[in-house]
Amino acid sequence: MSDLFQDYSEAAGRSGAYDEMFAPGQETRRSYGQVAGALQELSLADVTARADSMARTFLDRGVTFDYAGEERPFPLDIVPRVIPADEWTVLERGVAQRVRALEAFLNDVYGKMAVVSDGVVPRQLVTTSAHFHRQVHGFEPAGGVRVHVSGIDVVRDAAGTFRVLEDNVRVPSGVSYVLENRRAMAKGLPEAFGQQLIRPVEEYPRRLLSALRKTAPSGVDDPTVVVLTPGVFNSAYFEHTLLAGLMGVELVEGRDLICRGNRVYMRTTAGEQRVDVIYKRIDDEFLDPLQFRSDSMLGCPGLVNAARAGGVTIANAVGNGVADDKLVYSYVPDLIRYYLNEEPVIANVDTFRLEEKEAREHVLDRLDELVVKPVDGSGGKGLVIGPDASKDELEALRQRIIADPRGWIAQPVLQLSTVPTLSGDKFGPRHVDLRPFAVNDGDDVWVLPGGLTRVALKEGSLIVNSSQGGGSKDTWVLADSPQVPVEAIPRPAVTVRERVSVWPVESNWRDSQKEQQQQQMSEAQEVAANA
Amino acid sequence: MLSRIAESLFWIGRYVERADGTARILDVHLERLNHLPMEEQRSVARELLAVMGARPQSDEFGLDELLHALAYDKHSATSIAGSLGAARENARRARETVSSGLWESLNTTYYGLNQHRKDVVGTYRFCTWVLERTAMVSGLADTTVSHDESWLFLVLGRSLERADMTARMLSTRDVLSAGMSWVNMLRCAGAYESFLRTRRAAFGDQHAAEFLLLDRLFPRSIVYALRDADECLAKLDPSAQRVGFINDARRIVGQARTFLEFHRTDDLMSELPEHMERVQKAVSQASDAISRKYFNQADELAWVGEVS
Repeated sequence: MSDLFQDYSEAAGRSGAYDEMFAPGQETRRSYGQVAGALQELSLADVTARADSMARTFLDRGVTFDYAGEERPFPLDIVPRVIPADEWTVLERGVAQRVRALEAFLNDVYGKMAVVSDGVVPRQLVTTSAHFHRQVHGFEPAGGVRVHVSGIDVVRDAAGTFRVLEDNVRVPSGVSYVLENRRAMAKGLPEAFGQQLIRPVEEYPRRLLSALRKTAPSGVDDPTVVVLTPGVFNSAYFEHTLLAGLMGVELVEGRDLICRGNRVYMRTTAGEQRVDVIYKRIDDEFLDPLQFRSDSMLGCPGLVNAARAGGVTIANAVGNGVADDKLVYSYVPDLIRYYLNEEPVIANVDTFRLEEKEAREHVLDRLDELVVKPVDGSGGKGLVIGPDASKDELEALRQRIIADPRGWIAQPVLQLSTVPTLSGDKFGPRHVDLRPFAVNDGDDVWVLPGGLTRVALKEGSLIVNSSQGGGSKDTWVLADSPQVPVEAIPRPAVTVRERVSVWPVESNWRDSQKEQQQQQMSEAQEVAANA
Repeated sequence: MLSRIAESLFWIGRYVERADGTARILDVHLERLNHLPMEEQRSVARELLAVMGARPQSDEFGLDELLHALAYDKHSATSIAGSLGAARENARRARETVSSGLWESLNTTYYGLNQHRKDVVGTYRFCTWVLERTAMVSGLADTTVSHDESWLFLVLGRSLERADMTARMLSTRDVLSAGMSWVNMLRCAGAYESFLRTRRAAFGDQHAAEFLLLDRLFPRSIVYALRDADECLAKLDPSAQRVGFINDARRIVGQARTFLEFHRTDDLMSELPEHMERVQKAVSQASDAISRKYFNQADELAWVGEVS
């Protein structure tokens, strides 16, 4: 380990961020004890060989994302991100709280809008959101849930405090990498798994399927669930196949579906079959050419009407985008207080609302020190990091903010926490974020223990998106006590049943005799020849 | 199951078998081709390509071009690389349905396509490698996929393509005027040992052709492959009728097989081209009929309305 971590403390000092593995002074944190021990034993050659074999496995298994028409393996780093049990309990509570608040908010804005009449948020905030879809106003979706699946991005600031960076309640992706990373790490760094209790992640598909089935339209006994994908060219296609496969349901494209009489059917070899729950993995805009983009080839006409009539459950519900609008994000702490009567468990990142004149002027003066984000962007699109931007970029940004102040928010540059990451021939600190996934079945919000840790592979970079040179890390949530007392289950002893086998040679004494005789004969012949 | 997935599985079966058959044919003929003088090599290369169902892209068509067209051209469904690429792409579209073993073997094969030397000697190794990989794919399909509808579609594609490939294999005999020996022909189909053990001393072109065409127990013979296809079709659509067949595909496949089985002739060799023609035609018609019955989809999105 000494070589691999040689310049680590110096590099960590340069970034000034909170390091997940080492406390200041290169002292290993308690949660990383096992990992550090495992890495201690490895040489550079070991580490690179393991990293190569992990990458090879991903390519063979097709764990890829589509980037500009090319399938690329999603880089997985060998050092996991470890979250101690006590920190996780807080995160879990905070994520679930946020999901409940957003669920209530969505129900409200597509219904009575009490949140507006009670003066918590301005009406304009809702009605100017690009993803406030009037097409789905005024009805409760079948099953009563809107945010079945969510990914709430959290980061740790320089002081080590967790903060929510953004909410994803439309089509959050990345959970497949959580599942695959764990499988790969179990083979890549087996030493670190030994004595530690790491909470398992493989429960996710089962939880998701049961939540989807539970929210089926009423009156359906044995609901048929499908996953709706845009097709093989989508960047997350691998995830769609993995989830459909693990849930044992069909993966459909828009052209496989047909709506008739407000019911949805899929075309099968045995004719049309009714579909009750659609786990939608395409954007709302492409879902239904009757309601949204009429040129969409990916959706199926009539889906929104079918949902309105209660003939099908669409998960996540159409129109959720209004809740992960980044300007709405700045109001979420208020929403939590308003709907749940609780204080937020995880704080937001300080955010400037650029429609407010004072804030805008303040921001425009300090553009080179702030991060400016478009309110409806995802995947890091359109984001400008002030300190890294050129003069021209900042000037262009200034013009765009002045033209459309509703379209942007500004935040201080956060030094995201770092985790050691293999780069060339040594480990260096790289910035990470965390996306925990939550599944809501209507009664209960379950948070997957772990989540996707994305890492910016370039030194100093703060952009972790896979499309912009990010990788990922397996995320380990430690359990403080064994959840199942292992000794309590009596197990029958394994009996040894010997297997029957017949060897082709020397199966009995005759064979061995024959062999001897044959050998003797040839020896005799040799002797005869020599004589 | 979804029609789209059924179609993908059908084509996985076809493409994998096509790669396998092409590798067998290429392997055996390459050996012969190398012995020919340059001029003859060219004309034979052309004709060989024609038998495999493609036309040369340019006038300059020699051995290297033949290797490219039958082995390495990724953009043509006639070549091994193209077939395996297409099989993998189909598996990618049906990934949640096929077993992960089957998907991974196709995916790994696809990534292995580039790791071969593309000269004559490299091609021998390439063909052997392809045979190994396709055997692995078929084995995994048989042992890790439930033998339900999805597997039936895969086997249906495989059997039809196998009948077609064996027919093409037999047709290549006429290409080499110097005479493709019946030994090579049997080796091509991997049938040499099986043939020797059943026919003993009855050597000769006539018997070899008969074996590959009509043998009821050898899995690569045309009659056997067509019977396999027929059985799959019967299981896919088990409705028993008292008279005739409404299922077009069954009728076509059954007719082709019974024609061969019940045909009596004294001179099989002279009729061979005609038989091969008939088999290939039946396969393509059956394939069409199957896609009409099982895979047909509305080409465009159609809205049916709220009330109907």
